[in-house]
Amino acid sequence: MAGLQRARVRRQATFRWVVVAVVGTFFALPLLGMLEFTTRAPGGGRTAAVWRTVADLSGLRTTYPELWAGLKASGALVVLTVLIMLVLLVPTMTWVRLRVPRLRRTIEFICLLPLTIPAIVLVVGLAPVYAWVTYLLGGSSAWLCFAYVVLVLPYCYRALDAGLSAIDVRTLAEAARSLGAGWGTVMVRVILPNVRTAVLSASFLAVALVLGEFTIASLLHRDNLQVGINQLGQRDAQVAVAVSFAALALAFVLLLVLSFAGHRRTRRPLATPLTEEPA
Amino acid sequence: MPLTSRVRGGALLGVAPFLAFTTIFLAVPTLVVVVGAFVDSAGRPTLANVAGLRQGYILDALVSTLELSLGTAVVGAVIGAPLAYAVVTAAPEGMLRRSVSAVCGVLAQFGGVTLAFAFLATVGSQGFVTLYLSDHTGLTVPGDLLYGLRGLGLVYVYFQIPLMVIVFLPALDGVRVQWREATETLGGSTWQYWRHVAGPLLMPAFLGSTLLLFANAFAAYATAAALVSQGSPILPLVVRATFTSEVVLGQANLGKAIALTMVVVVAIVMTGYAWLQRRTSRWVG
Amino acid sequence: MTPQRQGVAVRLEGLSRHYGAVRALDGLDLELAPGELVALLGPSGCGKTTALRLLAGLEDADAGRVVVDGRDLTDVPVSKRDMGMVFQAYSLFPHMTARQNVAFGLRLRGRSAAEQRSRAGEMLELVGLSSQADRYAHQMSGGQQQRVALARALAIEPQVLLLDEPLSALDAKVRVQLRDEIRRIQLDVGATTLLVTHDQEEALAVADRVGVMRSGRLEQIAAPSVIYTTPATAFVAEFVGLTNRLDGIAADGVAQVLRARIPLLPGSSTSGPVSVLVRPESVEVHTQRDGDAEVVATSFLGSLGRVRVRTADGALLLAQVPTGEAGVLQVGDRVTLALRPVPALAVGRD
Repeated sequence: MAGLQRARVRRQATFRWVVVAVVGTFFALPLLGMLEFTTRAPGGGRTAAVWRTVADLSGLRTTYPELWAGLKASGALVVLTVLIMLVLLVPTMTWVRLRVPRLRRTIEFICLLPLTIPAIVLVVGLAPVYAWVTYLLGGSSAWLCFAYVVLVLPYCYRALDAGLSAIDVRTLAEAARSLGAGWGTVMVRVILPNVRTAVLSASFLAVALVLGEFTIASLLHRDNLQVGINQLGQRDAQVAVAVSFAALALAFVLLLVLSFAGHRRTRRPLATPLTEEPA
Repeated sequence: MPLTSRVRGGALLGVAPFLAFTTIFLAVPTLVVVVGAFVDSAGRPTLANVAGLRQGYILDALVSTLELSLGTAVVGAVIGAPLAYAVVTAAPEGMLRRSVSAVCGVLAQFGGVTLAFAFLATVGSQGFVTLYLSDHTGLTVPGDLLYGLRGLGLVYVYFQIPLMVIVFLPALDGVRVQWREATETLGGSTWQYWRHVAGPLLMPAFLGSTLLLFANAFAAYATAAALVSQGSPILPLVVRATFTSEVVLGQANLGKAIALTMVVVVAIVMTGYAWLQRRTSRWVG
Repeated sequence: MTPQRQGVAVRLEGLSRHYGAVRALDGLDLELAPGELVALLGPSGCGKTTALRLLAGLEDADAGRVVVDGRDLTDVPVSKRDMGMVFQAYSLFPHMTARQNVAFGLRLRGRSAAEQRSRAGEMLELVGLSSQADRYAHQMSGGQQQRVALARALAIEPQVLLLDEPLSALDAKVRVQLRDEIRRIQLDVGATTLLVTHDQEEALAVADRVGVMRSGRLEQIAAPSVIYTTPATAFVAEFVGLTNRLDGIAADGVAQVLRARIPLLPGSSTSGPVSVLVRPESVEVHTQRDGDAEVVATSFLGSLGRVRVRTADGALLLAQVPTGEAGVLQVGDRVTLALRPVPALAVGRD
């Protein structure tokens, strides 16, 4: 038996592992660099002291106030941004599909617009807007959430749009309405449960983006995690690197969790090699 | 009032909060930049800001930014595409695909301070690769590597490759096994399959993804800001300089003209991307 | 039209293939005579598709041989096997027009542009799509796409034509139309053809012989009429066409069922209590006021009607009757049943 197809599968597997290994090395080096750097002991050798400092949250709070302020601000920003994003997008997108479909292109255009506006440009335009925000609401870093909603708009729109496209919103709504449901019930009891995965992935994307945001916060002189880490970097580079590594690891875990949650409901891609008799 | 127009008015009310929010935090900032580019500090219309774009340091920064974006986009695409293909040939629910996707998802958004730290700890003057090389091979990593354009390119590639994987994967997923099998039954070799079928089919998606990478690098600010504190070799840093400096009064609006230039470049690139995307979705949707 | 080369003989010998613990194909032997159209029929997972893919070379066999025209092709790669294949759906190259798709096999063979063009034109004419030559797949209906796929498979003058559920993604009406057309074209070009389908009507309508498969093995292979009238096993009888299972007592090659004597087919259980597999058209229904059976449902199917009847002992049974009779019968009518002495298969009662 020549096993021609099996030979191909083996060739593909070899190709796969070679590529992943080579590219993986390039990607691993800087991460290793961070780990190596954070475990350097002052006189040479290795120490876990830095990581012990980072793990001690209450100590962190008093020793590194700039980091603590950034953490607090980013925590608030994550919550506010996700909430405002969902409250703004989910009802609007559902409503547009149901009642004003001719506005769909417009809404899509608006949501994708931030893709063409670099964050640094947005800051320039936002400066006068935030002068008013400060005047009306005060100078708290938490109000950066408005800018962050704009920043995450394209990514969250796409995630939610994919979810809403996968279900027949109109038929679902009509079915629920014919059974006597009001619009509120339709939204909360019918639409939302069916786009749970999309809401989840939109939220994760927003969280990841907010936690990594630096441009707007630093230029508008507000606090957030990245700004805090950056300031810390000038004072205690090892702790700063350790904290940013921890944030990165957290983001990776979040996305891995998301990929499991998301995959359960998605269809198997059609390009899947046939490993069993098709139905 | 006729029923239909009442319904329509009510229906429009449903999108009012969204429109109000995006007007304040998206439309107004955009207008601030667009209008600001064409007025002087007293608010009178002028083309002086646009004329000011011809200054040597701005043009140099523009050229550098274009080179940096193009270079990292091409490198990112050329390395990212085979990586995406390697992932696609793995089992769709398997661990390899899941973890590579998750890693790429994180790393594509990975920029700014953290990325700067990571590279400083690796190839900075005290980085472990730098130290290892000088101890064991006598090779030296230039001390200012990370503060110049070449170093910036190296760092950018680190988020460009994962972004390529993410945006190119869907197109690869859309390639059906039947096309390969049909090619083979018709007498085609693997090379002929790539040359006549998969290659042409994926080319729009590949070019589109490259454009997206270009726009991504062109707009990137945080990484460069964290690494480069002296001078403004690329446009985003020039905008920063005009934004933070209070030396010259007219600078603010020159900054808006530069910002507008960036928007125009990104918009052109993204339009090309959208056009290629539409083409792709018709073939491998 | 250019004369086509006549088909060649195909032999599959002891083909086996398993996926993990699942035996998809379990020692399949199958021969196709030159120019013959054989349909492999069976439920999903029976191994029919695997058989076709092994013949195409798209999968490796664990054991067995593929012999075409006397030549052992087992170790020959797909691209050198010279087989035209039509897939279930979505197999047209989306970036090529219908004509480019059809010409693609010739292009791979380095034929001249002129030859590619004329041959593609001929093939498109053969499948009745000359007017659509410059369209892309996304501009054509599913039926048109499958015609192009057939033209593409035939353009290379294949030794063997492989049809992998070519109609299953299409609407019922298009399916019947295209099915007949595929048969016409196949007879026209004379290519030895293997058709895989789960649609028994399709298999019976177009094939010279039908092979019914189950769990990786052939249950029976015979001409369509033979499969229908003399099924070799209960599985074949029940998978092909409609069947009633009626209780009876067998002895001496005859079964006593519902006061009738039914001759038994070879392979039947020949003695004791049996289930006799009786086709609906072998059941006659007569209206009779004191009949011991009762009509529970009727359905009108155009040229004929079907009646569901409950017998005295509570069994449900399906009868096929002429349209006129179906119109007269009402739900609740008392009737008597009679069985025509058509040979049937009997199996031991479980």
